[in-house]
Amino acid sequence: MSILVALPVLLPLLAAALSLAFNTFPRVQRVLGVIVLSAIVVDASVLLAHVDRAGPAVLRMGGYSPPIGITLVADRLSALLLLVSAVVTLAVLVFSIGQRITDYGRGTASNTFHPMYLVLCAGVALCYVTGDLFTLFVGFEIMLSASYVLITRRTTAQRVRASMTYVIVSLTSSLLFITMTALVYAATGTVNLADLADKVAQLPPGIRTSLGLFTVVVFGIKAALVPLHFWLPDSYPTAPAPVTAVFAGLLTKVGVYALIRTQTLIFTSEAIWTLLLVTALLTMIVGALGALAQNDINRMMSFLLVSHIGYMLFGLALYTEIGLTGVILYVVHHITVQASLFLVGGLITRHTGTVSLRAMSGVATAYPLVAVLFAIPALSLAGVPPFSGFVAKIALLRAGAESATFTAYLVTGAAVLTSLLSLYAVTKIWVGAFWGKTRPPYEDPDPTDEVTVGTGNTSRGMVSATAALVAVGVAIAVFAGPLAGISGRAANDLIDGKSYREAVLGAAR
Amino acid sequence: MTINITMAVLLAGLYSVGFYLLMQRSLMRVILGIVILGHGANLFLQVAGGPPGVPPFAGLSAPEAMVDPLPQAMALTAIVITFALTTFLLALAFRSFVLLGHDEVQDDVEDRRVGTTAERNDLVQEAAP
Repeated sequence: MSILVALPVLLPLLAAALSLAFNTFPRVQRVLGVIVLSAIVVDASVLLAHVDRAGPAVLRMGGYSPPIGITLVADRLSALLLLVSAVVTLAVLVFSIGQRITDYGRGTASNTFHPMYLVLCAGVALCYVTGDLFTLFVGFEIMLSASYVLITRRTTAQRVRASMTYVIVSLTSSLLFITMTALVYAATGTVNLADLADKVAQLPPGIRTSLGLFTVVVFGIKAALVPLHFWLPDSYPTAPAPVTAVFAGLLTKVGVYALIRTQTLIFTSEAIWTLLLVTALLTMIVGALGALAQNDINRMMSFLLVSHIGYMLFGLALYTEIGLTGVILYVVHHITVQASLFLVGGLITRHTGTVSLRAMSGVATAYPLVAVLFAIPALSLAGVPPFSGFVAKIALLRAGAESATFTAYLVTGAAVLTSLLSLYAVTKIWVGAFWGKTRPPYEDPDPTDEVTVGTGNTSRGMVSATAALVAVGVAIAVFAGPLAGISGRAANDLIDGKSYREAVLGAAR
Repeated sequence: MTINITMAVLLAGLYSVGFYLLMQRSLMRVILGIVILGHGANLFLQVAGGPPGVPPFAGLSAPEAMVDPLPQAMALTAIVITFALTTFLLALAFRSFVLLGHDEVQDDVEDRRVGTTAERNDLVQEAAP
């Protein structure tokens, strides 16, 4: 069974190589991408079922026994995130094939999108399943290098500045990551996460706290915590809709996952971490207020993304089982919902030819299906019952109320306020874009670039991919019971930490 | 673990020069900052392995005299990654130069919006007696 842990990393990498070899046959590339990502969805579901039944699956690369050598580990949390990410990447791939962003200009074949997209999927999967800090760095780099190529493909004068910011900020965070790995290695002499859990606990508290704070900064840049968020709303909206969707859905969540993993396994804390709680509060409020000031629909959703990262931090900072259950539910819900919102943003732009809320109107009359596809994830994001956001939010709010300290109450209040502000922000989009008199689509401002807009219609692939992702979001709410069950068990594993350590190092330790 | 004072001073120098250059307005200096910061980070990874020793070949020398090979392997990986990404960054900077005709880092969209609003307010105030 343990080979299942490696497949989500190996398959896309091999397929990327194959995809490059077939770069003059776009059809082969498309079919290959869809087949490989579907295979990973199957693989991840089997892995999740297995891990939930039999405990963490461990693969020792090269047969070295840990803590020596590279280990890949999938526990409930990684398997669950692997599954959700695989579903989202598959839907986004179908969408981008439908949008023909995969092709250069009009008609001629592109050879970069498919291989790079598959490499991105491999990097994300490696981050989820890796069992040591340095392989986590390598996973981040695989993912980020692919994302650099995807965001800078066919750059125009307007987009080159934003992608430059993205690349430089990400590179700086990677260099800080190397520094952090060096510090951790100097202090403990190991990079294996399970081994670190034991060794870091023996360090003097001052060194432990500084290392813990360093990890928060490094992963905080990736996860876009306020005040380390400034690069995100600036760079994400400039990429084509499917690329933004997969960045927004997955890349920030990988940062959040790394935070959860390191803060629960290695730098664990007995009580509430007030610093992280205050960061969560700032992230929620600053993101939501930033969203209200925007006119560009994609920028607005990017600020909403920042604001909702705050919820995940909030649950993590509480360090209780119910708090972490809420975080896991929230991450699962948010990956699907944020990705579907950006895809719907792509649909709207394709129809109307503009991203400006002031310029568009009457989408609901002209394209009722798009309105429905927007309304469901938007209400879900704001936490309106009975959608998936409600389930996740209620768990977090309960965790906050149960922790019963002043700061916890304060942040719980802020979480409710942020929900209202998010609802206000999506209402603003609704009023601006969907109501009013129907307008004819605007002309494509740059007919030479890779994305066609303002056609007044969309392809079947785009709509069905978005609809499928929205349906997954609805399914999360319908199957909230079993999902909360598995999230609870995953949170219990995280708080306990023993099953992970024993699975990697053996029961003797 | 103890660290050589020369290394500590050198690392401090590399990190401060790197971060200083990263804050500059010119894109070329930003890239040089990334390069120097990358050197610092990779050197740090090496230094984290402990004091120097003999090459770690099994059977040739006693394990106590050997240098720790793991940080060297990690540094090697990190060097390859920083090297490749620096090349990419240079290509991107060249593209930016071709498209925009200069290598200045431009203001953030939000900054520009705040700037134009402030300028408009100044004009309104000047117009009012």
